[in-house]
Amino acid sequence: MNATTGITWVVGAELPDLAVEPVSRTTLAKYAGASGDYNPMHVDIDAARAAGSPDVFAHGMLSMAYLGRLLTRWFPQRHLRSLRVRFRALTPIHARPVCSGRVVAIEEGRERLARIELSVAVQDGTVTAAGEAVVACPAEERAVV
Amino acid sequence: MIDRALIGAALPAHDEIVDRSRLRRFAEAIGETDPVYVDVASARAAGHPDLPVPPTFLFCLEMDDPGAFAFQAELGIDTGRVRHGEQTFEYHAMAHAGDRLHIASLISDVYSREQRQLDFIVKSTRITRDDELIATMRNVIVILGEDR
Repeated sequence: MNATTGITWVVGAELPDLAVEPVSRTTLAKYAGASGDYNPMHVDIDAARAAGSPDVFAHGMLSMAYLGRLLTRWFPQRHLRSLRVRFRALTPIHARPVCSGRVVAIEEGRERLARIELSVAVQDGTVTAAGEAVVACPAEERAVV
Repeated sequence: MIDRALIGAALPAHDEIVDRSRLRRFAEAIGETDPVYVDVASARAAGHPDLPVPPTFLFCLEMDDPGAFAFQAELGIDTGRVRHGEQTFEYHAMAHAGDRLHIASLISDVYSREQRQLDFIVKSTRITRDDELIATMRNVIVILGEDR
């Protein structure tokens, strides 16, 4: 859970998957309240059906928040330089998202940076979000699994 | 089609004070149990002055102003047709509970993919504390066509 059990910053290194709890209606109600995103498509099945969806679906930003958790499990947040996600498919209610990350580049410059490819997939294999994080990884803080 | 004249339009800037109890509720909602994000003593032990703002929470502060979404209503965009296409954060400094953050957004791009009946609005946001840049955000909003 911290730098002493962290990942090795080399190309190909994988962040251990983060399997989050299934997305329930309670999850979405809590996320709506805490985030301030009251879009009814996420919490009101009547509104979702009226708009042509079979049911409510999760906030995209909930998946991105899970990716934030995946990252800050392995390094202090102050090392995070950027986080980018493209939302590729809706996350249906009862989905079981799994977050993955893999180091795809190490760049030496003003500071040493790791580029981490990110994805969130649900149980049928659909990738709901994909993107990238850039993280400062000072050589002296390299830790071994 | 959304009028490209919208490009460059500034949305109402606003200040938000980061609230500890809201950060705790956000942590609970996303299943974050790392004590650094919920317990002030643990946050301080990790070198933070107070609970840190987690990586995606800045997006929530941006939405806290009613004006943040008023432009969608003004354009007659139905909430049921809006999807979040893409989100980017560039981080410059950490923010913490108790910080007063200034949030300034503008519409930085508008474009369409007519064959797919999609319109896109790109919103760019700067978040500052006093005059220090904390983060920038880029939000691609997708609007599904009515016949889709």
